[in-house]
Formats: sequence, C-alpha cells, structure tokens
Amino acid sequence: MSTGFQIVVCGSLVPDPLQTLEPVTTPQGPGLKNETMLPSVLDPWSAHALFEAAHLAKQVAGSKVWLVSLGPKAKLQQLMMTVAQKVPFELVAVDGSASGFTDAHLVAAALADAILALPGLDKSKLLVFGGCASASRDASVTMQLVCERLGISEFFAGVDEITVAADGSFRVLERIEGGQYLDSTCASAPAVLAWATGNLPEPPNNPQIGMLNMRGVMPALQKAKPAAIGVGGLAYEKVEIPAQKRATRIVKDASTDDIAKEIVEWLKA
Amino acid sequence: MAEGLTDIRTRERKETIMKILALLHTENNTLPKAAFEVLTAAKRLDGELIVAILGSQAAAAANSIAGCGALKFLTVEGAAFEKPRYATDAAAATALLQAAAADIVLAPNTSRFARALPGAAYRVGAHIDTHIIAITAQDGAVKAQRWFYRQRILSTFSRAARPWILLVEGGINAPFEGTAGSANAEAVAVTLGDQRTTINGIKAPAADAQTIRPDAEILFVAGAGWTKKQKDGQYHIGKAGSLIQGFLTMAKASLGSSKSLVDLKSEGQETLSFMSHMNQVGQTGSTPRHQKGLSTCCHGEEPHAVGWRFITERRALNLDANCGWAQGKADVVYIADAFEVVAKINALLG
Repeated sequence: MSTGFQIVVCGSLVPDPLQTLEPVTTPQGPGLKNETMLPSVLDPWSAHALFEAAHLAKQVAGSKVWLVSLGPKAKLQQLMMTVAQKVPFELVAVDGSASGFTDAHLVAAALADAILALPGLDKSKLLVFGGCASASRDASVTMQLVCERLGISEFFAGVDEITVAADGSFRVLERIEGGQYLDSTCASAPAVLAWATGNLPEPPNNPQIGMLNMRGVMPALQKAKPAAIGVGGLAYEKVEIPAQKRATRIVKDASTDDIAKEIVEWLKA
Repeated sequence: MAEGLTDIRTRERKETIMKILALLHTENNTLPKAAFEVLTAAKRLDGELIVAILGSQAAAAANSIAGCGALKFLTVEGAAFEKPRYATDAAAATALLQAAAADIVLAPNTSRFARALPGAAYRVGAHIDTHIIAITAQDGAVKAQRWFYRQRILSTFSRAARPWILLVEGGINAPFEGTAGSANAEAVAVTLGDQRTTINGIKAPAADAQTIRPDAEILFVAGAGWTKKQKDGQYHIGKAGSLIQGFLTMAKASLGSSKSLVDLKSEGQETLSFMSHMNQVGQTGSTPRHQKGLSTCCHGEEPHAVGWRFITERRALNLDANCGWAQGKADVVYIADAFEVVAKINALLG
C-alpha cells in the first residue's frame, strides 16, 4: 500500500486506577469527589489502541496518526506531558467532561464531529481506533456510535491484532468468548477498530518524540472546541460504592499439608 | 358508536402496556445459555413479550422456546447471518428492532451483540446501555443497574426515551425453562449493503491449551510471583507452569492472570508459555463470574478487587501476611509458598 492510512485514535483520560474513587452528586449529575484533582492516565485500552496505531503507521508508509481526545483542557494538557513522549501523533482536543457518568451517545457525537472536521480527511484511507471500553463508563458502546455517525459499515470489537496486506486489505483478530478469536479479513478501509490489549508493550518515554508532539499539543489545546457533554437522557437514581469489606481470615504458621487439605476440602465443597 | 367506559379502560391499558422485546441470537444452531437467561429477565417485566432471534436455525430456535408466552416470534436467518459480523448483524438487528417496535429491548451481553447492537440502536434511534446486572419495572418505569469505573461504583438509573436497549450480563438470571412447540415465527427481511468483511473462522487454542473456561466453578489466578526467584535463589518457571496446568486439569478450573504476569510476555521476558492477555483479569482484563476463586502469588488491586468483583468465595495464597489488597477482599489468606501448596493440592486432587 503506497498511500498509507489516516489513523484516528479516540482516547481520553480516566482516573489513575490506583486512586480511591468516591461518588458525589453535582449539579450536572453524578461525579467523583475531587475529580479535578485526581491524577489521570490515558484510558488503558485507548492507550493500547494508540500504541498499535503508531506501530501500524510505522509499517505502512505514508500513514499518519491523530489522537482525538475529549476531556477538560487543563487535564488533557497534564496528560499530554506523559502520553506525548510515547509515540508520534497529532492531537485534536475537544474540551468537555471526561466523566464516566456522561452519555456515550453525546460523547460519540462530539468525537465524530471532531473526526469529520480533520483537514484533508480521506475516508477511503481512514481507520478509526479506540478502546473496546473505557475504564470510566466501561460501556463498549461509544466506538460503534462513532462508526455509525461516520457512515462506516465495518466495525471490529475487542481487537488484539491487525495485519495489513500489500493490497490494503487487513486481517483482524477479535476477542470472543472462551479465550477464542473471531478471525476476519476486511477488504479495505474505512473501518473502526475497538482495541483490547493488543500485543505490544508500552513504549518507553522518548523525549525527542515528546518535543515533536508538544509543538502541536499546545496549539491543539488552545483550539479545542467546547462540547456540551453531560448525562443526556440518563436519570441516575443511586450511585454508590457498595460495602464489600470481608472479614479476612489470615492463616499463618500452618503446615503446607494442612493448608492444602483445607483448600481441597473447600474446592470440593 | 360511542366508546364505553370499559372500552376506554381497555384502550388506556393497552396504551400503557410496555412492549418488551427479547432479542436473541443462536450459537452453533441453537440458543446459548445467555439467551435463556435474558428470556427469564424479559418475562419478569410486566408487558407484552415479543421474541426475536437472529442467526443460523433461528426458526428452529424459536420453536424450542415456543412456550415462553411471547405474543409473536420474529426471526432472521440465512447464510449471511450464520457467523458474527458487524455489518450483517447490525442490519439484521435493525430489521428485527423495527419489526418489533418495542419499548424495552433486552438482549444478552455476548460478544456478538456487544459488537453489533450499539450500531443497530443508532440506526433505529434507540438508546442503549450495556453490562446490565439488574432490571426492575414498576408501573411502566424501568430501572437498570450496572457498574461504572470498572466495577468500582454501582449505579441504578433509568431513561425516559424509548426504545431502550439493555444488554444483560450472563450469570445474573436463571435460564428460562419452558416447553418447545410451534412458534410460527415470522421471517423478517433484511436489506444488506456492501460487505467488505469476510469471516475466516474461529481461532481457538488447542483443546489441551484451552485455559479460559467461563463455565468453570473455580477461577485460578496466577500472579507474577510465580516467575520470580524462589527460596533457593533460582527461577522455576517451568515447574510453575506444570503446577498451574496440573491444577487447572484436576480442578477443572479456569485460568486468570494478573496484569504484571501477562505483561512479562509482551516485554520479552520469560514467563508461562500458555498465558496471554486473554487470561488477564482486572483493570484492562476481564471480570469473570465464578463461584470460587483462588489467587496465587498475586499482589495488587486488580486480582483482588476489580477482577474479583463477581467471584463469590475468594481465597488467596501468598507470602505477605500484610498484603493490603487481600485484606478485606479475600475470605481467607494463606501465608505459604504457592509452589509447595499447589503441588500438595494437585497430589490430593489426583
């Protein structure tokens, strides 16, 4: 393939998984306590999608990667300090809530609008990547809605692998039940791929890539269009962290035989 | 003739009765367990039930649940719908949704429907929510429950807009048991556009390498500790592998992994050969449902909290009595060498 792909990755920020989350009620609907102060990371599945996009762009000459990110501008700026050092991309920022309680339909509309507004967009070369779910809303819905809004008919969910052939067709492995893959071949772009973990490790920080990316990040953040993202038609009645504390029994100083016997009795019960 | 009071009441009742669609698909020419579970959930809602089925042998599948009390059965079947594929499944689901014109749609949260139904929802102007773990309805008000932030925050919510599609998680409802018969299913026509995707098939691990067993009673989670230096200062990754595989075989267990363990493989380090990202439970992994879970050599939130949310009985085996992640999350924590204990367990199970 000589002309390359236009690879657009949709991905935003989520609270660092190690943070304790506490739901609160805000005028806009449910939110998280100290949400603006919580350290954030790039959504893990979106991060895998971004790394796979960069890997694919390297393999297929003439390809380019955009990262379309919907989140509060100030937090996106913080996030880019780390993400921008990983792989080369051009940021397209959309200024709006990244809360997990927002409606996926509104999020998809904002993302699709941002993609359609990309200068020089050529749908015949377009591959839209994203996570198969977010670590915030965790709905596995947004990318399909983006797909439909872009008028794309080919969608793949839980993707772990893409292999591009010389004619521009590509083979995709999608996760399905029982540790199996659905193996399919798509004749050509455009397509939307919602990634699972893929097979690539997280790239190490590269300050040179960081400097290159950051040249475009600040202008992108300044140009970020505001998007009114809220709970939409969702009416939340209750949002809570259920009490899950268990009375843990610690078994110390027991012999291997006794422990094994107890576990086997429990397994067989 | 003027409308009588009884007629008015009948009409008003009809106008307020919810139309509920149980949207199902076949798997290997029959309905999977998840479909029967959704049928149970749909029957529990107060309304008129319609059943729609897509996939191979859909009409025969409708006959197998003819006694479920549905007012009508709709089906889409044919060569194009035998295998899961977004373009064809979304088109079929769209046709079925339009034909049923239901208020509430319940469907199983299988990989096939999780892939296709959000697109179909968009096409018919419906709203969709997924990973639903509970549904209640009272006087036409339907409420659903699901987790947010990867099983950390639980929410009950509703939508006024209709149609509303709810993908229901497996293992929540008892499978419907009813009589077979003649469903007289109505075949729904589907208009298909260009198809650019060809399904090559299912890629499954070899039978003896299949470690993910969703229907197993026990989940065995291995952590990175199995690949660290042991008491003698040496690595024993080969032995770890045979102990774990031995346990899986004898206990008929499913295998989960911590993120740190599966990441070793992508980082090029030596690790357990049969372990992949597919086994990972937790933040970027799965959240499987099993009755019992035994975590070994794990230290971190993912196996103990996020990945274990739906494990009913939890026990852990590690060397750290003060492991903060296991405290309060596991029922029992054994402080012992996993290599020794699992070897002994395998001997007892054998």
